[in-house]
Amino acid sequence: MKTIEVQVKRQLTPDGESYWEEFSLPYRPNMNLIAVLQEIAAAPTTKQGKASTPITYESNCLEEVCGACTMLVNGRSRQACTALVDKLEQPIRVEPMSKFPVIRDLQVNRQRLFNDLKRVKAWIPIDGSYDLGPGPRMSQKTQEAAYPFSHCISCGNCLEVCPQYNDETGFVGAAVIGQVRLLNSHPTGKMNAHERLMALTGPGGVHECGYAQNCVKACPKEIPLTEAISQVGRDVVIESVLDFLRG
Amino acid sequence: MANSRIIIVGGGLAGLMAAIKSAELGMAVDLFSIVPVKRSHSVCAQGGINAAKNTKGEGDSTFKHFDDTIYGGDFLANQPPVKAMCDAAPGIIDLLDRMGVMFNRTPEGLLDFRRFGGTLYNRTAFAGATTGQQLLYALDEQVRRFEADGKVTKYEGWEFLSAVLDGNRRCHGICAMDLRSMQLKTFAADAVIIATGGNGSIFGKSTNSVVCTGSAQSALYQQGAVYANGEFIQVHPTAIPGEDKLRLMSESARGEGGRVWTVRDGKPWYFLEEWYPKYGNLVPRDIATRAIHKVVYELGLGLDGKAAVYLDVSHIPVETLNRKLGGILEIYEKFVGVDPRKHPMKVFPGMHYTMGGLWIDYDQMTNLPGLFAAGEAEYQYHGANRLGANSLVSCIYGGMVAGRTAAAYSKNNAKSAEAVSSTVFEQELKRQQELNDALLKGQGGENPFHIWKEMGELMTEHCTVVRNNKGLRKADEQLVTLLERSRRMNLSDRSSWANQTLAFCRELTNMLQLARVIARGAEARNESRGAHYKPDFPDRDDANWMKTTKAVFAPDADEPVLSYEAVDASLIQPRPRKYDIAA
Repeated sequence: MKTIEVQVKRQLTPDGESYWEEFSLPYRPNMNLIAVLQEIAAAPTTKQGKASTPITYESNCLEEVCGACTMLVNGRSRQACTALVDKLEQPIRVEPMSKFPVIRDLQVNRQRLFNDLKRVKAWIPIDGSYDLGPGPRMSQKTQEAAYPFSHCISCGNCLEVCPQYNDETGFVGAAVIGQVRLLNSHPTGKMNAHERLMALTGPGGVHECGYAQNCVKACPKEIPLTEAISQVGRDVVIESVLDFLRG
Repeated sequence: MANSRIIIVGGGLAGLMAAIKSAELGMAVDLFSIVPVKRSHSVCAQGGINAAKNTKGEGDSTFKHFDDTIYGGDFLANQPPVKAMCDAAPGIIDLLDRMGVMFNRTPEGLLDFRRFGGTLYNRTAFAGATTGQQLLYALDEQVRRFEADGKVTKYEGWEFLSAVLDGNRRCHGICAMDLRSMQLKTFAADAVIIATGGNGSIFGKSTNSVVCTGSAQSALYQQGAVYANGEFIQVHPTAIPGEDKLRLMSESARGEGGRVWTVRDGKPWYFLEEWYPKYGNLVPRDIATRAIHKVVYELGLGLDGKAAVYLDVSHIPVETLNRKLGGILEIYEKFVGVDPRKHPMKVFPGMHYTMGGLWIDYDQMTNLPGLFAAGEAEYQYHGANRLGANSLVSCIYGGMVAGRTAAAYSKNNAKSAEAVSSTVFEQELKRQQELNDALLKGQGGENPFHIWKEMGELMTEHCTVVRNNKGLRKADEQLVTLLERSRRMNLSDRSSWANQTLAFCRELTNMLQLARVIARGAEARNESRGAHYKPDFPDRDDANWMKTTKAVFAPDADEPVLSYEAVDASLIQPRPRKYDIAA
């Protein structure tokens, strides 16, 4: 009988030891890794016949747009929902992301990413949510150039593969820099470009980038992240000089 | 005196908008969400958001939007709140535009609009084919700004279990579970807004996200909240079947010229265009769904004899497709492995949306004082069938109203909230803890995942496109059996850290109770209206059934009791709903 062979790196608590478990499932066509994890949850017995527990993991939309189900699949950081079994080499090895603290099994804590969005003030400070008339006009060209950056799903793939993304550098990483690029190109967002750029000057700022260019390859949404880093990097330098001259 | 405090449960569009409004009005906001709010199901909305801006010289107006919505909903929605929503919609688009949503533009730099189902006007603003994502992010950013200012506190990774109610069933807070430590805790507030979205998980596979179980709504229904129009379930005509879920192929594919067809006598047959010459491929969803159902099951013309028809955009220039539909075509390509720019897509109807939800008044308050609801979790805006691109506007509008009315309620009722005895909190906590303890100790041998699967198949078979009373009766009887079995569940995980099985079992019990509301409501309603179609009663029956179904839980009998309320049709006279003739 054709089977699907899966190896999962497990860890029951944040401080617990990690260990591997093997599962073997009857093959069905057109399964993704989520469907595999769902099957294991319904019958959590290892290949060796040992009673185990369902695997804890984050997921939500299963359409690669919520960013929840990031994990390492055969060593590659990606979304589990678009990891199609028929295209994966077996045994499929599944591990939690390595750059974030493990909560349990494949679930990690990515709060740092959301905190960094706060750091760069990744929002447009509107006057209020009242009806204050239309927004600013925008050319099709500006919209089309900015739109890819609005696709960032905060999945963290770009951070997982970035050599500079660690506790030592405190680097905010490509995803957050992409948001600065997005907001700074918006006609209203531009008004606060200075604050966002200055937030990227200190430790962990844009200069921490080591140009490995892994981020752009790992991004499931094909966001031109290296382009954003170059542009924001330039803008940060100019803004810092101006800031210095202004005293 | 301390600020009034508002609890919002759910961080999708409705919850985030309610948070913005309440925080702006000076409330302290506690925002609860199972997932980080940026990962809420609103991200899945694709095609756009409706507002009659009339930018294309078509003579569109907010009244026409209102009329299309009421007509599309087959005259089941109360009309005044729907009119208020349609009147507010253009201002909502402007607000989102000011927040930085990257809407598509015209050559002059203005917002672009496209056509959607159930209307003849270009009234749908869009950001490529990822509009819901863009809107959610805009609101998420604004809420993050309030969070940075200390005005909103997020509780992400917490699941709502129940409301804290006093002897008069007034709501004073909630009981929630930390999904990491599995600890239960009660939280006090002057008002609570429920914005927990849809209930697709009741149907097993649907286009909904994993968290859309309807568990919160069901828990509240079991605590005495009225659940309205539960039987109205929208089945989207064009979903991509999958092993783990059904993935939506947006109506915008048809809005941009996509055509639905199957093969008849060896040639393409564009059955929607033939049957509905005026609206063509853009008939409302219930109509398109039934047409596909008929083609496949009655005429036996599914592709290769299977349950599928074509949705074809391959005749549209690739450049246009990439600019206007890029996001959704990528989904198809990624999950099916075929490029829809070159080959027609294979689709089939899938459960998509619940028009029904918690009963609310025109201020978005449920029948339990202090408990409000907004978004898909309530029933107010879509009647018997929702029009495409109206969900985003109803979420945001409902969130705006609820944020405002809950704040007003809090100010007027602050004292009573402070005076409430701590025993009501302790009792609720104890009740919820006992439910968890019982589940963790259960030794009955029933597998919760198997019960879920059976429920999903049962509900999909009997409570979706075509309904008949014999099947609905059987469904309800089997749901009772499944509920009994659910009391003997055996958890394969009994640990007290990040135990997703425990959380799922709590949801499952609630899903089963809500499934009964859907089945019973459908059985009782002997007519066909909007998404509710019974071949034995093929016509709409305004004399007997132009009324809202209100389900109340009877704890002793452990079942729903139905009553009815007249629909407020004070603004538009009901007329027959016929998309097949020129209106």
